Amino acid sequence: MAMLEVRNLQVGFDTPEGEVQAVRGIDFDLEAGDALAIVGESGSGKTQSMLALMGLLAENGHASGEARFRGRDLMKLSPGELNQYRGAKIAMIFQDPMTSLNPYLNIEKQMIEVVMHHQGLDRREARAHAIEMLRAVRIPDPEQRIRQYPHEYSGGMRQRVMVAMGLLCEPDILIADEPTTALDVTVQAQINQLMAELRRSSNTAIVLITHDLGVVAGLCDRVLVVYAGRVVEYGTVEQIYYQPRHPYTRGLLASVPRLDAVRGAGLNAIPGNPPNLLDLPAGCSFRQRCAEAFEACGEEPALRDLGDGHLSRCHLEPEQ
Amino acid sequence: MNDVVLRVQDLAVHYTVYEGGLLRSRERTIRAVDGVSFDLRAGEALGIVGESGCGKSTLARAILGLIRPTRGRVLWLGENLTELDEEALRRKRRELQIVFQDPLASLNPRMTVGDIIAEPLWTFFPKIATVQVEERVRGMMKMVGLLPNQINRYPHEFSGGQCQRIGIARALVLNPRLIICDEPVSALDVSIQAQIINLLQDLQRKLNLSLIFIAHDLSVVKHISDRVMVMYLGRSMEVSQQEHLYRRPLHPYTNALVKAVPIPDPRLARAQHETGLTGDMPSPFNPPEGCVFHTRCPYTVKRCRIEVPALRRMENDDWVACHRAEDLDLSIGKQAKLA
Repeated sequence: MAMLEVRNLQVGFDTPEGEVQAVRGIDFDLEAGDALAIVGESGSGKTQSMLALMGLLAENGHASGEARFRGRDLMKLSPGELNQYRGAKIAMIFQDPMTSLNPYLNIEKQMIEVVMHHQGLDRREARAHAIEMLRAVRIPDPEQRIRQYPHEYSGGMRQRVMVAMGLLCEPDILIADEPTTALDVTVQAQINQLMAELRRSSNTAIVLITHDLGVVAGLCDRVLVVYAGRVVEYGTVEQIYYQPRHPYTRGLLASVPRLDAVRGAGLNAIPGNPPNLLDLPAGCSFRQRCAEAFEACGEEPALRDLGDGHLSRCHLEPEQ
Repeated sequence: MNDVVLRVQDLAVHYTVYEGGLLRSRERTIRAVDGVSFDLRAGEALGIVGESGCGKSTLARAILGLIRPTRGRVLWLGENLTELDEEALRRKRRELQIVFQDPLASLNPRMTVGDIIAEPLWTFFPKIATVQVEERVRGMMKMVGLLPNQINRYPHEFSGGQCQRIGIARALVLNPRLIICDEPVSALDVSIQAQIINLLQDLQRKLNLSLIFIAHDLSVVKHISDRVMVMYLGRSMEVSQQEHLYRRPLHPYTNALVKAVPIPDPRLARAQHETGLTGDMPSPFNPPEGCVFHTRCPYTVKRCRIEVPALRRMENDDWVACHRAEDLDLSIGKQAKLA
């Protein structure tokens, strides 16, 4: 049994225009120390699937399916029970540190609250622990800086504070939702390095949510590619980068501008736009943007095993 | 060179900020841009890269006169734009246009796409015939890859990538000679980014536009630029030919930036361990003495702490502001070492 087993996870939202199926059945396993990337465009359901298993969906959202963490199904827990897991066993860090930190509270107040709640430490112990975490994410002069407010930190430092907060209770799983998208390349490299180190030193499992296959290669072992709320391809980073099988994955890889590319060659963009979830095409959701679509694509393909655990949802792949 | 269209000389933008209470307020100066010079030729694409807060967007606005520079000159076809009055400057903007980062926020939500693209035409040619405007707008929509029959739709009905196409159409409708793109793709998904980069590159060639492309993503800039300028704390660290800059950077900061770009290849990415740069950019209120990069530079010597390095010309018309440029071999792929 894996540490986290997600089965047939579905998320829908009630909107004035009707029900939007944001996630339409996602499955994956996560072991301690794993690093899994969930890759997809805006609206692919990558963030909503993770919010669902944290019980953090918006009010008009509803989720179904299973998310068994060490055998207990998170989807069946009451908010009170879930609070024993959130932040303590499973932590999440978000894309925009400025909107996830409370601007009215200094960093100390925001950090020690979590530790006092989950680990039963008193204020002084909690503060010492928070300072230790800030030092671990290389905030200079943490004893002084912990008293400061979010606006007194730079963008990169705020994101490092978010990582430190995520790790305060030494969670088993750290879910990072586009943690470096708003940051500069040098800071991005620092944050990625930091997550890689934490994974090595404390065996924390990492789920990295991103639209950019560029940042995944160095950090993760396995990749889940999602499109319109469904998994379209799954494999190890080697399988995904060196033998991508789904046309969407191939398109995503070709769109990443590379430093080692020949200039003037033009990028191979995926034509068209991500589909409207309210009005999905029948059959394969990617077929309108796919250069290789043929008659069979009018029917939804199954997720097929191509061998060695490499999965792809495409009619071009022969049945095994 | 004769075909230089834009010459920026020692351009500086300083902001004054008042801090503290009513009685004990202090005046502090931010040197957002502090003495930047470069030339841009007809049909050339210049990339400007640097981390947030390095002054690249302020520079763009100062070139267009959207912010009045504190010092320096902006020569557009030989004419100094910084000396023009508002009205004369406004008329000049027919030739110099800008595309902004946030595609949706930079479009008026209450105007139709057709009206948004036509607005510059009405502003500059108030007596133009309506049929002519509509014909031109439809032509522009087609050119940037929008369906002309969507002319009466509103921005919220379009995706981010399509909104950026609208922004580009609006910038091009007056046949400008220079377009400044300020982070035009950083808000877009990777697959859509590629569409917009390809579009800009096509249009630039087709219309022989001069292009200034501002971004923090070095791989995007590499794709589109002939030359690249690297900025740090309001100053230009290096201006080099694109092929040179990415293979053998002259400045240690450029080297750190290039090495920090994630590689979309698992084996190569795992081998890329050191980032070469630690710490944060110093506060622009209080930039370091001497070379502004010396606090984070692995090659700092005494001279770097005292003397501000001038931007000077090296081989092949590449320029660098580093005292030690001759001593360092920063070729990418090799460990940087002393020559």
